Amino acid sequence: MEQMKRENPDVVSSMVYGQTYERRNITLLKIGLSSTGRKKAIWMDCGIHAREWIAPAFCQYFVREILRTYKTDTKVNEMMKNLDFYITPVLNVDGYIYSWHNESTRLWRKSRSPGTGGCTCYGTDLNRNFYANWGMVGVSTDCCSQTYCGTKALSESEAWAVTDMLGKMREDILAFLTIHSYGQLILVPYGHPNISAPNYDELMEVGLGAATAIKAVHGMDYTVGTSPDVLYANSGSSRDFARLIGIPLSFTFELRDKGKHGFELPEDQIQPTCEEAYAGAHHIITYAHDKVFYSYAVTVTATLWTTLLAAWVSSAILL
Amino acid sequence: MDWTLLILLVVPTLVHGNSTVTVRTGSGPPVGSDQHPNSVPLSEDTQTTTEVREVVVEEVMTTGVLNPSHYPARRAATVVQHYLNTRYGSPYRWIFLSKVHSGSAEDVAEMRKYQLELTMQETISNVSGQCSAELLFPGGEGQSAPQVQASCEGLLQSNTTAQEEAFYQQHRASNNMVSGTDIPDSYGHMEPNMKPFWHLGGVASSFIMLRESNESTLYNMAQVANFTQLETEKDQLRFNYHVLLHEMISQEIIHWKLLVTWSPEQGVKVLQSELQPKCHDCEAPPNTTN
Repeated sequence: MEQMKRENPDVVSSMVYGQTYERRNITLLKIGLSSTGRKKAIWMDCGIHAREWIAPAFCQYFVREILRTYKTDTKVNEMMKNLDFYITPVLNVDGYIYSWHNESTRLWRKSRSPGTGGCTCYGTDLNRNFYANWGMVGVSTDCCSQTYCGTKALSESEAWAVTDMLGKMREDILAFLTIHSYGQLILVPYGHPNISAPNYDELMEVGLGAATAIKAVHGMDYTVGTSPDVLYANSGSSRDFARLIGIPLSFTFELRDKGKHGFELPEDQIQPTCEEAYAGAHHIITYAHDKVFYSYAVTVTATLWTTLLAAWVSSAILL
Repeated sequence: MDWTLLILLVVPTLVHGNSTVTVRTGSGPPVGSDQHPNSVPLSEDTQTTTEVREVVVEEVMTTGVLNPSHYPARRAATVVQHYLNTRYGSPYRWIFLSKVHSGSAEDVAEMRKYQLELTMQETISNVSGQCSAELLFPGGEGQSAPQVQASCEGLLQSNTTAQEEAFYQQHRASNNMVSGTDIPDSYGHMEPNMKPFWHLGGVASSFIMLRESNESTLYNMAQVANFTQLETEKDQLRFNYHVLLHEMISQEIIHWKLLVTWSPEQGVKVLQSELQPKCHDCEAPPNTTN
């Protein structure tokens, strides 16, 4: 992250927006061409689950890719002008570092906060800890479980940090992407089977467009749907929280593979996975951007008015 | 005439004005940002004081035609994958689900019956085949394994005879017992000579994954923690395997110790299996040195 800042000081800045349980900084990179006014934003976070190593790799790839192409790619350049990208390469820093200790810790998932009330196990599932139908479904109240949702919503400082940032920025965020593995899925809100997002059709359309973009890169199939439809019901996820506070386009990406390697994706698949995920993310971000900066209805109405006016004028002249 | 033209100009604008309004889909109550984020129109009581429990919504068992991209078809299809590996898997043949084309589910007495049309892929040769499968998940009390029938076309085309024979001959003479750990390792890497043992571990795991599967599980093998070759007995290669299974719905990593045999004629067998307890005492205190 320091290197990205050093090499691109005019477009990259970093922000520490919280602390983990073990008091490590949670840092994001803010990337965009500077402007005088308030800018719209795109949020991406990776590594909320420690063992999903391909996710932080993708955040780093994404950062590198937009910095590599914004000067030459007109669309990326336009989006850098109009938007700021807020990228958190590793959200669950404690868990991630723990998963790098040795082979026996490699498959750690949760945070590293200690259990309470006599429970000796560590960690809360950060993606069940958000204030979004917290504790309702797809969670465990056993602190030793992988889907332990915590003693209460936002018991984890990592979840609180994201909540705080999103709360401050919510009017400006056009799209929220949270990156996980594995399964090759694009999940739309909500995790609860009985609740639908008001813009479900739009979310599905954009998600399916992203899956098409992904497939075009290396032929990989990504399935699109709500979590209860294509995977399992769950509550307290960051994706659901983002949608609930009004961020219209909120997606979970589950990257490669489909179970053969699972969390332990080999090195030669990092690059292709990142390439296809970038195509998917780019599709969503472009849609979000164009929706605001190229209002379709305005364009069509203006065109129609002009055409009719021209017809009226020419017929008036003829008469 | 001027009035007509004026109307012609005005009306389309009004129509287009309406098209910018977001249409609500209407299924279920919309939960907007102005509502309390934690409010859910359900009567479920979520008071959890001392009781420790898994909060899982009673899954409504889909009946009839299944959506191929939804989880019921996919979980059932994965069970078929495990079944095919128990029947046909080897150190050089490991089968994975490629695609669900169609499926249906119905209640039959106390049981749940699935019918599926699938594409499976043998992952070493990349040969694909079409499969038709029927599964029965037992209902009622007692955990018993699902019953699977499947027939596939084209899947087993790859000729593995030579490789299997060579591997078998190489390892049956018991003067050099082979063993390995962490396959794949944290970086997804393994030595080429460990690959057949990885495949074998995956196939052996399929016996357990098949047996343990139900409509609320989705199993994959996460890693071979270690394996050790034992003395060849009755012309079967024998191994102790310690495998880590990943169960997707609970997200748990489940440890199993397996006694595995294999020969080209007999295929893979699991003679013994032992669930390893989840090791709460193994939790190391947080390492404060970075």
